[in-house]
Amino acid sequence: MEYITIDTKRVPIEGEKNILSLIRKAGIDLPTFCYHSELSIYGACRMCVVEDDRGRIFASCSEQPRDGMVIHTNSKKIQSYRRLIIELLLSSHCRDCTTCQKNGSCSLQDLAYRVGVHAVRFLNNKKQIPLDMSSPSIVRDPNKCILCGDCVRTCDEIQGIGAIDFAFRGSETQVMPAFNRDLADTDCVGCGQCAVVCPTAAITVRTNVTEIWDAIGNPNIRVVVQVAPAVRVAVGDSFNIPKGENSFGKLVTALRIMGFDEVYDTSFGADLTVMEESKELAQRLEKNEKLPLFTSCCPGWVKYCENRYPDLTDNISTCRSPQGMLSPLIKDYFKDKDEAENKKTIVVSIMPCTAKKGEILRPDNFTDGMQDTDYVITTQEVIRMIKQVGIQFESLEAEAADMPFAVASGGGTIFGTTGGVTEAVLRRLAKDKSYQNLSNISYVGVRGEDSVKEASVMLGDREVKIAVVHGLADAGRLLDKVKAGEVEYDFVEVMACRRGCIMGGGQPPFAGARTKKKRMEGLYKADTMSNIRYPDENPVLLQMYETTIKGKEHKLFHRHMVEK
Amino acid sequence: MLEQSYYSKADEIISQHGRTQKALIPIIQDIQSCYRYLPAELLSYVAKQLGINEAKAYSVATFYENFSFEAKGKYVIRVCDGTACHVRKSTLILDKLYKELNLSKEKHTTEDMLFTLETVSCLGACGLAPVLTVNDEVHAAMTPEKVSALIAKLKEEEQ
Repeated sequence: MEYITIDTKRVPIEGEKNILSLIRKAGIDLPTFCYHSELSIYGACRMCVVEDDRGRIFASCSEQPRDGMVIHTNSKKIQSYRRLIIELLLSSHCRDCTTCQKNGSCSLQDLAYRVGVHAVRFLNNKKQIPLDMSSPSIVRDPNKCILCGDCVRTCDEIQGIGAIDFAFRGSETQVMPAFNRDLADTDCVGCGQCAVVCPTAAITVRTNVTEIWDAIGNPNIRVVVQVAPAVRVAVGDSFNIPKGENSFGKLVTALRIMGFDEVYDTSFGADLTVMEESKELAQRLEKNEKLPLFTSCCPGWVKYCENRYPDLTDNISTCRSPQGMLSPLIKDYFKDKDEAENKKTIVVSIMPCTAKKGEILRPDNFTDGMQDTDYVITTQEVIRMIKQVGIQFESLEAEAADMPFAVASGGGTIFGTTGGVTEAVLRRLAKDKSYQNLSNISYVGVRGEDSVKEASVMLGDREVKIAVVHGLADAGRLLDKVKAGEVEYDFVEVMACRRGCIMGGGQPPFAGARTKKKRMEGLYKADTMSNIRYPDENPVLLQMYETTIKGKEHKLFHRHMVEK
Repeated sequence: MLEQSYYSKADEIISQHGRTQKALIPIIQDIQSCYRYLPAELLSYVAKQLGINEAKAYSVATFYENFSFEAKGKYVIRVCDGTACHVRKSTLILDKLYKELNLSKEKHTTEDMLFTLETVSCLGACGLAPVLTVNDEVHAAMTPEKVSALIAKLKEEEQ
């Protein structure tokens, strides 16, 4: 067995590609800014420098391990190198930590403390650069950028978009869109994955917390909130709740304490989506037109398709997303009551997603020319609100959501992870609603973390070919194959973010492999524990289809500009 | 939007180098030598043709000092301000040129689009310091007097 020695400890080399992985295996959390296991190795931040037995100093992320190497991770020389690197980074960095969005979760702040930088000897003479506030989802503050390039590589390698890149060079280097355009004028889809990897507040999620407190404080406004599936398995992250545990009940309690008037479950909207989307799939299969049918619940994906594959936009389902279906239904539900009480209802949705902030502004998602969802806040923003109030989240008693939009099937809940939409649609289309068939459907191959999953199921006497893809770069490669006629599908589920909404741009950051897995398991567990597994067995929904919704399906649940 | 002829010219240059990503730099170099600058619209166009992100192409074009998105004059004067030239008083040469051409640190090109004045960090001809180039022609051991004579000569050629 080949091995290397890390600070006197023998560590076997088991296929690790770089020394950094071995150091972390040895139980030492070497600091890094620019190293992410899912991205290419860039070696820019130099925080992972180590020294070998010959006194040579190099970055451990970009060095291959060789048998017999002796590595020191914490020599005197290394310590002073790291301190100087941080000091230099801070020398041109905005230092208003106390008022920064990222205060408390900033890697630069954390590492400055860890390596022991308590004063910066250098004057900051960098010119102040204006913020880019053009996007409804993302805020860019170049003054806080440390040029690690994580956002650039995520946008390009994982999402295949490349909206931003480095420009100029040396001390003038900045990360920006081409020609320093506003982010809103680029191909950016607002997925927020750049904000997830950004170690500082150079890229942050645009926040709407103030507007929501204003609404809650106004007695003439009924503030209704809906909570997306993926939020419940991540919100506990910040309150010492085990990773991936379903905290929906606690969140409902917290939202009531905060002053929201009604709390609903977006999974109900997901059930609606399943009903509408399966109807659409069945119709298209029958007519054999506009296939494959692409899912439409992910706004990042919809925008990506419009930008890059405009000729395929007709294939996108005309269904709105679960949020987009539930909000107009809520407003419709309160219409008479609002008039009687002389109140105004506004809908807030808590989403794992930053692109949803853009989705609600799209006119094709409006009903009667009015915006349905008034504000979207992310999981991270609701965590901040909970902390603002001082709610002891972990010790809250769980409560149930409000009727009627509280009853949802397990099929609606698993929307939050890749493959979930497909599985729910298959459950809807299945004739056999037995328990046995549920597990058959879960094994067709739509679950799991593989970037592209293929499955084939029989619906009646027709074989339906399915693909499930997550991460836009992989989606783009799949679409190229579809266009070239190399592959043929009837139904394609796309989620812009890898692993689906559980890893959306609005979720709590620093989720490692274990957390990602736990979040996924958390949603499947919520499904298994659900009394209703098949979306079309949701009694509330079925009753509504017979009464309040009847005849309004198209108006409330479909995008309108698409239907010409 | 540029005139159609610009795009046809870009197509021609692209076909000479091949539609590959690694051809980006030679292609934009040729475009620049054709128009004496790199029109921003053409950079975007070339990026699209080669399948490169626009932001990446912009990254490349801004990394190299040589590429310019602004139209340059007929004569591009590059004054070397590397160490050797600097100690041999290249600053005086530069000041003289600013004065003669009525240019400044912010204004690089004359109104009549005849002259563009730039500084470079080293031309690699330290033995000839202080040195400057006019387009591809090297002028060695410059003095403020020689600069005046040079500009007068170039202006005369134009008339």
